[in-house]
Amino acid sequence: MQHLGFSHKKIKIGSFDFTCCEGCQLQLANHESTLPAFLDLLDIRNFREISSEKHDDYDIALVEGSITREDEIERLKTIRKNAKVLIAYGTCACFGGVNSLKNNFPIEETVREVYGNNSVDTLPVRRIGDVVKVDYSIPGCPVSKEEVERIIISVATGSMINLPKYPVCVECKQQLNTCLFDLGEICLGPITRAGCNAVCTTGKTVCLGCRGPADDINFESFLQLVADRQLSLDELDEKLGFYNCFEEFRHDKS
Amino acid sequence: MTKVDCNIDVRHLTRVEGHGNIHITIQEGKLVDATWAVVETPRFFEMMVKGMSSERVPFLTSRICGICSISHSLASIRSLERAMAITVPPSAEKIRLLAMHGETLQSHALHLFFLAIPDFVNTPNVLPLIKSHPDIVQSGLRLKEAGNAISALTTGRFTHPVSLVLGGVSKAPEKGELAELRQRLERVLPDLDAARDFCATLSIPDFERETEFVSLHNGSTYPFIGGDLCSTDGVRKDENDYLAMTNEYKEEFTTSKFAKLSRQSFAAGALARFNNNHVFLHPKAKETASAFGLVPVNHNPFMNNIAQLVECYHIVHDAIALIDALIDDPLEELKAAWTPKAGKATGAVEAPRGILYHNMEVDDGGRVLKGDCIIPTTQNNANIHLDLSALARQALQEEKTDKEIQQLCEMLVRSYDPCISCSVH
Repeated sequence: MQHLGFSHKKIKIGSFDFTCCEGCQLQLANHESTLPAFLDLLDIRNFREISSEKHDDYDIALVEGSITREDEIERLKTIRKNAKVLIAYGTCACFGGVNSLKNNFPIEETVREVYGNNSVDTLPVRRIGDVVKVDYSIPGCPVSKEEVERIIISVATGSMINLPKYPVCVECKQQLNTCLFDLGEICLGPITRAGCNAVCTTGKTVCLGCRGPADDINFESFLQLVADRQLSLDELDEKLGFYNCFEEFRHDKS
Repeated sequence: MTKVDCNIDVRHLTRVEGHGNIHITIQEGKLVDATWAVVETPRFFEMMVKGMSSERVPFLTSRICGICSISHSLASIRSLERAMAITVPPSAEKIRLLAMHGETLQSHALHLFFLAIPDFVNTPNVLPLIKSHPDIVQSGLRLKEAGNAISALTTGRFTHPVSLVLGGVSKAPEKGELAELRQRLERVLPDLDAARDFCATLSIPDFERETEFVSLHNGSTYPFIGGDLCSTDGVRKDENDYLAMTNEYKEEFTTSKFAKLSRQSFAAGALARFNNNHVFLHPKAKETASAFGLVPVNHNPFMNNIAQLVECYHIVHDAIALIDALIDDPLEELKAAWTPKAGKATGAVEAPRGILYHNMEVDDGGRVLKGDCIIPTTQNNANIHLDLSALARQALQEEKTDKEIQQLCEMLVRSYDPCISCSVH
């Protein structure tokens, strides 16, 4: 099998979902015009959402979602055992994602609010990396299919895998967008890892940081930026907490 | 030969969104038990919204579902706009409706071609069809891609919309891109016909169980965003009275709730919309319904697949008309200025899989005090559960094998196009 001049075997792949919206898996079925060619690179061994076939031998396990129930822990450990390479994809898998907002409330109160007096099993939200070893992480809510495709092919061809180290701000400026700070908004673009092509800010809504912190960010100076413009620190905190990606910084601040 | 004992136990049904199980027990040739159990892990979105500023809420609730994120976003937006009496500019209303069309087309094409059709041609997934039926797979992919293209132009991307915001939209599509999108939609019209001709060759299981169908109804157009709540049993309610339509209850064997109205169960989705609103369909969609003998009120749940195809016709034609209207629209006013105020209201939309309700109560600072989301699949759970018993009983009478009964039951659940992670949220 050839891809861009590299030969490799068909990639045996499994895709697995835990607590999430399954939107990341859905991205794999996008870019329809190149879909048959991409699928041709893969030997899909286990992908419940699209296929009734189930096998336990796969080189790459793509894991979506966060862990919120006891039975998920065992299932995840089995997948780790079967897979040569485990890739956590999506913000829920990499950081806990919006699911983590649940952790702001006591579990009993949460269950009572939604299910009344019926008992429902649920644990505080954990990232995939809190439970098993993760070889690569692809953040994003949802992930970009181009990035997933590039990384899967890199694993198969043994090429280097790097996420951009710079922030979303760089990609946003390249698109010549009006800075949302200049429109009086708090945007996490200056501190969030790029790779999304600044899709939210290009659509004129603020970055909420779904790809997590960029390398070596200067959080102090970012805080100063928000303070200098007399923007609300409460609003900043709500945004930093949205995907659970900036916990270390949120705690530093207080 | 009469079957004596049989246990069908499908754990984590494939080719559906989320985790659900089917259990069927037959003893001495009689059906003892048939269960539809959702085992998805709950995420507790109703708790997460508590205390959140309303402008952030649609970005959170869109994450309830990876397939119908636009519907969730717009349900929250509509409930919050109604709660705070925000009036949306007409141009933004058009862009939002076009966005809904993109999502529905994408979702129906995904369901029909990737999830449902493999059952009808006896393959485990769509992959063998790429080789055996390349033309129809390409048609399906082009329809899905066209749906995604609409979503991307109207909301900024395919999944988890960027530019749907309280008060309107944050960005308008460029007119040149609208014109290109129009051409693209014209080009998929033959793909709809190819899908229709292919579906006409499939054998739809002959099964009926009389039930009630619930959907939106506005009396003038095929409904997608807001309106009255109506049922084929003659119930009619205001949007804010959604709880009187859903009557949720919890069963021990499932993490997703069940719902009922005039009977033990009811159905939502494309077939329910068709049954309540067929007169408002585009003539081409009506023609397609007739070609399949789809006449209201149709009680065969397998016909939900055909109702989705019928809706695809309506959506593509209506999207073209909306694009024409947007090209002629000055697109000057896209977003109303608003100030927070206390209030409570429901936003109901027709998600691809059926009627979806969000109800939000906000304080005078615009923070959410209480949120409630009732998902189409939750409303369908009881109907699926009861259909399973009736279908298994009918299959036993027809002396089907265990394997055939299992396949029919799986096909039944898939026909509802359940969105299970959505239903647990």
